Amino acid sequence: MNVLLLGVATFLLFNLAAGLWRVMRGPTAADRMLAAQLFGTTAVAVLLLLAEGMEEAELRDIALVFALLAAVAAVAFVRRVWSPGARHDAD
Amino acid sequence: MTPIDFLSAGLVLAGAGFFFAGTVGMLRFPDVYSRLHALTKGDNAGLGLTVLGLALQAESLAVVGKLVMVWLLVLLAGATASHLIARSSLRRGIDPWTAR
Repeated sequence: MNVLLLGVATFLLFNLAAGLWRVMRGPTAADRMLAAQLFGTTAVAVLLLLAEGMEEAELRDIALVFALLAAVAAVAFVRRVWSPGARHDAD
Repeated sequence: MTPIDFLSAGLVLAGAGFFFAGTVGMLRFPDVYSRLHALTKGDNAGLGLTVLGLALQAESLAVVGKLVMVWLLVLLAGATASHLIARSSLRRGIDPWTAR
């Protein structure tokens, strides 16, 4: 059973590596941010799988923090950098 | 293996399938809006199925609660992020892709 969970975690890691292509390619900043968002979610899933597969309960807390940070990162990106009215060059 | 284990394995594998579809969609779809669709599919359904599968094997109710909380947080983050990104893309004048 644990072998399956670790295998799925590895598979998700390979997915993540493939997704890096979109970060490199763009073409807009939003596309790169989308890829980062998907990485965040995939990382959460990997952490949860590892927590169960390796019996390390602490990894679940790390996944919780990752989930929280993913939300903050995306909102900060849109409000400060990507939205037309962003004041990031004024301050 | 008990039937619960089989069910759990199936759900985790289905979740991985959704993540794979999300990645493929993000790499292959033509514009920001359709990529958002692929992304949120992976986020919501992929992680949801994975969490459901893991919750079936959880040792205690507290662990189930934590798993569900992680999923709800990611749901909230995904919904907020995709809405904000789509709105600012539209305002920046990026046209949605149409079949020609």
